Amino acid sequence: MAANTEDFVIVGAQNSEANEHISKPALSFWQDAWRRLKLNKLAVISLWFLVFILGFALVSNFFVTQNKANAFDSDNVGKYKNLPPNSGLPIPGWDGKLKEPGATDTTDPYKNNNVKQNFILGTDNIGRSLGKRVIVGLRISLLVAISATFIDLLIGVTYGVFSGWKGGWVDVVMQRIIEILSSVPNLIVVTMFGLLLGNGVTSIIIAIAITGWLSMARQVRNMTLSLKERDYVLAAKSLGESSTKIAIKHLIPNMAGTIIVQIMMTVPSAIMFEAVLSAINLGVKPPTASLGSLISDAQSMLQFYPYQVLIPSGVLVLISLAFILLGDGLRDAFDPRASED
Amino acid sequence: MTEETPKKLVELNDLQLYFNKGKANEVRAIDHVSFDIYEGEVFGLVGESGSGKTTIGRTILKLYEPNGGTMTFDGEDITKLKGKELSNFRKNAQMIFQDPQASLNGRMKVRDIIAEGIDINHLAKSKDERNAKVQELLDLVGLNKDHATRYPHEFSGGQRQRIGIARALAVDPKFIIADEPISALDVSIQAQVVNLMKELQKKHSLTYLFIAHDLSMVKYISDRIGVMHWGKLLEIGTSDAVYNHPLHPYTKSLLSAIPVPDPEAENLRQHVDYDTTIETDGKERSMIEVNPGHFVLATPEEAEQYKQQQK
Repeated sequence: MAANTEDFVIVGAQNSEANEHISKPALSFWQDAWRRLKLNKLAVISLWFLVFILGFALVSNFFVTQNKANAFDSDNVGKYKNLPPNSGLPIPGWDGKLKEPGATDTTDPYKNNNVKQNFILGTDNIGRSLGKRVIVGLRISLLVAISATFIDLLIGVTYGVFSGWKGGWVDVVMQRIIEILSSVPNLIVVTMFGLLLGNGVTSIIIAIAITGWLSMARQVRNMTLSLKERDYVLAAKSLGESSTKIAIKHLIPNMAGTIIVQIMMTVPSAIMFEAVLSAINLGVKPPTASLGSLISDAQSMLQFYPYQVLIPSGVLVLISLAFILLGDGLRDAFDPRASED
Repeated sequence: MTEETPKKLVELNDLQLYFNKGKANEVRAIDHVSFDIYEGEVFGLVGESGSGKTTIGRTILKLYEPNGGTMTFDGEDITKLKGKELSNFRKNAQMIFQDPQASLNGRMKVRDIIAEGIDINHLAKSKDERNAKVQELLDLVGLNKDHATRYPHEFSGGQRQRIGIARALAVDPKFIIADEPISALDVSIQAQVVNLMKELQKKHSLTYLFIAHDLSMVKYISDRIGVMHWGKLLEIGTSDAVYNHPLHPYTKSLLSAIPVPDPEAENLRQHVDYDTTIETDGKERSMIEVNPGHFVLATPEEAEQYKQQQK
C-alpha cells in the first residue's frame, strides 16, 4: 500500500495565513438584511412611520383616555356637532369653514356656534372630538395587530414546527385539524364569541386567535419539512442535540425571514378584519370608537361631512399600507434571490 | 499483509433498512449487509448514486432505524441504543457531510457551529475554556482565529469543509463517517481536505468510514474497500486487491469507468458494461472468501468461477 503513505503536494500558494484571510467585514444575517432593507426607501419610511405610530399610540394612553373620547356634552350637542376640521391656520379645507348642505357659500360653524376650541380633526354628529376618537380607534387597531402577531408567533410557529418535525401520523392529524379550522368562516366564530363574551375587542382577538395562525402554521410546517432534511440538522442530531434545541437553534433562525414576512401579511388583514367587524356592528361596542365603527357611523353623512369618513379611512389605509410596504421590503431583505429580477 | 488480528471497532451484521416497507414503492436501501471496520483503518465504501452508501453511514450513526440486523460499536450493541447511552455513543462516532454549504447553519457563527458538540456534552466548564477549545480545533484544521466570529457563507468550499471537520472533532470521536466529504469540492481543494483527514487520522488515531463514488480517491485513502450496488455489498477486500484484482463484474465495470489522465490511453479505454441480471436472477448468494480477506457476493459456483478467472 505504497500509495497510502505519500501526501498530495500542493503546487503554488501554500496554506499560509494570508491565504486564509478574509478581509470583508463580518456581517451577521441580521446586519445583512438591515443593509438591504435600507436600500428600499419606501420600506424604511414605512418602518419609521409604524414606529412613530406605535410610540404615539402608547403615549396617547396618558392624555386621551377612552372615557374622554366617548364623553359628550349632552346639553350642547347642537353647538358642537359636525364641526369641520380646524387647524386654526388659514389653510383651505382645514380652516374650520364648511359648505353646509344645500348652501352656496361656505360658513364658519365655529364662529356661528360660538365655539372657542379648535377641533383639529373636527367633531362627529353628537359633538365628540374626531381626533380623540381616531386615536382610540388607532389604539384598538394596533392592539389587534400586536395580538395577532403574538398569536401567530406563539401558536402558529410552535404548531408548525411541531407538526413538521414529528411528521408521520402526528403531522397528518395536525394538518387535518388546521383544515377543519380553516373551513369554519371567521364571521361565524366571531358571532359565536360575540354571543358568549359580548361584542368587543376580546372576542375579536379570540376569533383571530382561533383562525389567524393557520397560514403561519402551514408555512412554518412547510419550511420545517424542508429544513429538517438539511445536513446541518443531521449534524446537530448526530451530535446528540435535543429536538427542542434543534428547533430553536437551527430551524426557527433559518425560517426567520418567512416568519417575519408572514406576520407582515397577517397584521394588515387582522386590522382590516377588526375594522370590517366593527363596521358591521360585530366588533367593539358602540360608545367605544374603532376605525371601522367610525367609518360606518359617518357613512350615512358622507355627502355632507366627508371628512368624518375620510379621516378614519385615511388612518386605516396608511397603517395597512405601511405594514404591507414594510413586509415587501422585509421579504426582499431576507430573501435577496427572490427579488433579483 | 501482516496478520495481527486488529480489533474490530464497528461490526455490521445482516443489517437491513427498507424505506416504505411493505408498500408498492418499497426501497431496499440496505439489503442484508455485513462488514467490519477495524480500529485505526480507513474503510472505503463505493458505489453508484442511490446504492445505499450514505444510508449505511447514517444508520450507523443512528440517524435512521434499521429494520433488522445488528450493529456493534467497540464491542457494544448499538442497534437499540437510547437516551444516555446513545449520547455517549455519539461522542465516539461523528460524521463529515458531503455538501459543506448545506452542512453548516448559515445563521450561526463558526465558533458556535464548532462548539455545538462541546455545548451539548458539557465539555467546557467556562466560556474561556469553550473559546480555547474552539481555537484549538480551528488551528487543527488550519483556520485562523479571527474566523471564529464569521459566518459560513464567507468561506470557500474547502474552508467550510474544514469547519465541518472541526465540528466533528470537537467531541473527540474515535470513529468518523466521511460521507463523500470531497465530492462537492474542486480537485485542488479535494487534495487539501484529504491530506488534512489523513493527518488527523495519524494525530488522533481515528477510524474512518470513507464513503465516495470516486474510486481513485477511495483507493488513495482507504485500507480496505467495500463495493455497493442496489443496497447490497458486492465485494470487500484490501484496496489493492479490489483495485487490481476485482472479482465481481460490477467492480470491474466501475473500475473501467475511471478516466485515465493520458489522452492516448483514455482513447483506448474500454468501458465494461455491467449486466444486472447477476443480481436479479433470484439465486441465493452469500459473501464468499475467494482470496484471504477478499470477499465477494456469489453463489458457490460463481465463486469457483471467479477463482478460475484470476489464474
